[in-house]
Amino acid sequence: MSHHRVEVTDLAFSYPDGPPALDGVSFLVTHGESVALVGANGAGKSTLLMHLNGVLTPTSGVVRIGDVPVTKKTLPDIRKTVGMIFQDADDQLFMPTVYEDVAFGPMNLGLPPQDVETRVRAALEQVGALELRDRPPYRLSGGEKRAVAIATVLSMNPSMLVMDEPSSNLDPRARRRLIELLRSFEHTKIIATHDLDLALDLCERTIVMNAGRIIADGPTLQIFKDEGLLLAGGLEQPMSMQRCPSCGGMR
Amino acid sequence: MSRIEAGLYQLGRLDRLAAQDTSVHRLDPRAKVVTTLVFLGCVVSFGKYQVLPLLPFMIFPIVLATDGRVPLGYLARKLLYVAPFALVIGMFNPVLDRAALAEIDGIAISGGWVSFISILLRFALTTSAALVLIGTTSFNGVCMALERLGAPDVFATQLLLLYRYIFVLGEEAASMTRARAVRSFGGRGMGLHVYASMLGHLLFRTYDRANRVYRSMLSRGFDGQIRIARPLRLGGRDVIFTLAWSTIFVLFRVFNVPLLLGQAVTKVIA
Repeated sequence: MSHHRVEVTDLAFSYPDGPPALDGVSFLVTHGESVALVGANGAGKSTLLMHLNGVLTPTSGVVRIGDVPVTKKTLPDIRKTVGMIFQDADDQLFMPTVYEDVAFGPMNLGLPPQDVETRVRAALEQVGALELRDRPPYRLSGGEKRAVAIATVLSMNPSMLVMDEPSSNLDPRARRRLIELLRSFEHTKIIATHDLDLALDLCERTIVMNAGRIIADGPTLQIFKDEGLLLAGGLEQPMSMQRCPSCGGMR
Repeated sequence: MSRIEAGLYQLGRLDRLAAQDTSVHRLDPRAKVVTTLVFLGCVVSFGKYQVLPLLPFMIFPIVLATDGRVPLGYLARKLLYVAPFALVIGMFNPVLDRAALAEIDGIAISGGWVSFISILLRFALTTSAALVLIGTTSFNGVCMALERLGAPDVFATQLLLLYRYIFVLGEEAASMTRARAVRSFGGRGMGLHVYASMLGHLLFRTYDRANRVYRSMLSRGFDGQIRIARPLRLGGRDVIFTLAWSTIFVLFRVFNVPLLLGQAVTKVIA
């Protein structure tokens, strides 16, 4: 049985005060895949992500992680398997110091103190933030916060990473570093993003959402070449695929 | 810098003081919390007309601040900030309570003035002890100690999150204030109803933020209890610290040390 598989079938969800946020979403992500989830603001990306580890409960439809359906009973296992990285690192870093924040997940898993220590070290080393361990989160830069937020999830040894806008608010160098970091992970990845260049760099497959539905699902390059499709999804081609503004040629 | 930002910076200063490494900082947070509680108990339990016996208690915050490298000037400034509260509480005493309590060189001292001074003194003692405690232990250290000492989990969790998010909330408030300031001209736009709507916005933002934080906690297996990784060890030094200071406080509480000293000196002179 592989934990690294996500199957979403006919998922529908409405917030109490609005029209359906998800309207019959289905897809399958298999072991080791990197999938970009793109679409305009309000297309339903974040809502979809929150169903993947059971933070939201669908109105109808099923989410399966591996062979396990996401239900109240399976939540502890699901949350161990699916590492969720939130859009605003300030929401993710709520403990007094970086160390305690990264240790939060492993402590809740009930690991013995030595194992917690090993995991925290390993996770912080992996994101290159070991020297930040005793700092309070509100004293970190945006890039550092993002790195630590990723470490807080890695320390739980998830099989899968689910990320919401990982490159937002980062300066170009921090963004580049993040891309390299994410590339080094072998986890199954689902990344919701407006940064189509990042999608092009990291994900071989892209899902385009619009108004709570999937309007396209296929190889990233192929989807990004279809300008009409991108336009329909409220997007535009990534910079690296647009014609050079000064000479009109392709890069 | 706006006042909000300045306030955040001040809070940050206390944090940086708490991050120092001195013999006082190295004490177990529990030892410091218990000692401070005994201190507070003794100071607060004096009668309302007592001034003299309170004086010796000053050595505790002063010694601890000096050893823990918390600048006394900084403490004094902080005390001035909060002093208005104590002043308001005590300011009517001299007016309402005019019964003469003592007479010095023919000038009657009313009970009101004595109790007013007693209030101010107690305020200075308790506040400075609390500040020194946080400045040598960190706010989070105090929370941790309270939790280990048996305070309810909810209480410790609330305090931890409060302190963590006061910075985030402060920054949001500061940026809203700035946004209002750049679009307000000649006092227009700075009125009370704009202020009320800003407060409302902040409240809703806080509510949304709390929801998102809670979701991220759930995602990492939160089950209602925050477990803190740092192990605490109570050593001999900590026990001696607590017992020695507590004994001193109780002695100060039972014996009027300045009075005894004064009597001794007069006896020697006579």
